[in-house]
Amino acid sequence: MTRPAEQLETFLQRVPYVRFLGMHAELAGDEMTAILLFSPHLVGNTFIQALHGGVIGAFLEMTALAQLSVAQPSPRVHKTIDITIEYLRPGRALTSYARADLRKVGRRIANVHVEAWQDDRAQPFAALRGHFLLSAGA
Amino acid sequence: MAEVPEIVRQMAEHMATTVPQAASLGFKLVSVDVGRGSIRAPWREDLVGDPDTEVIAGGVVTSLLDHTCGLAMASAAGTEAFSTATLDLRIDYMRPAAPRAGVIAEAHCYKLTRTIGFVRAEAWDVDKSDLIATAQAAFVLNRPRPPEGRS
Repeated sequence: MTRPAEQLETFLQRVPYVRFLGMHAELAGDEMTAILLFSPHLVGNTFIQALHGGVIGAFLEMTALAQLSVAQPSPRVHKTIDITIEYLRPGRALTSYARADLRKVGRRIANVHVEAWQDDRAQPFAALRGHFLLSAGA
Repeated sequence: MAEVPEIVRQMAEHMATTVPQAASLGFKLVSVDVGRGSIRAPWREDLVGDPDTEVIAGGVVTSLLDHTCGLAMASAAGTEAFSTATLDLRIDYMRPAAPRAGVIAEAHCYKLTRTIGFVRAEAWDVDKSDLIATAQAAFVLNRPRPPEGRS
């Protein structure tokens, strides 16, 4: 395994909540794709079997943190300062994917945009913009 | 203050505990009032976001705030049948929760138009005057089609 891949695996396996969500990630070079398998416990609306808005937000936030763990390795988890989640379409009972774009990684603060989609990359169902406080590096 | 109709109270109880995501996080209804709601999320080992400190994950707080905002919206709309969708949700994290502490959220739908609800929410762990997070959300309200002749 390459070093970024190890960092990512370390992050994903250390955080119990990542397992609760049922999220994993794949790395191609330095580009990470987070993957959330559908599971009944993630549903927020049983009439249309849609993912809970909080689950969507959490998935986007964890994607940002996972990408930061690759770009800015640290023995400690980076901290979320603020996030804005935009809901574009219902999250259906399908596998979801997300990618993070590190817009700016400063000495202490990172600005990250994340977009999530299901079967069509061009039709995102949610997006996140957020600021994160970086923990000291390894 | 106006009494909360029994049906709204039942809806609140249902929302807080039987929606699958809420049930899987162990949410409990704290209170419901007209345009207001409060829900508690207990700490659990499998919901930890930082293994070094055993603090509950931000994602749980996100679900809790979104859900409590939805509850405030629903109780503002009263007995009318409708569905809602979150347009956006902004969360500021002031500080991590205390280690092994659950979180309580309280939301207020301070404006409800025919189509949109505006909601603010706060979350704390131990002391309500020492918040861990605040949220601001907008919801779209999907009411049943009005009868002919009404706008």
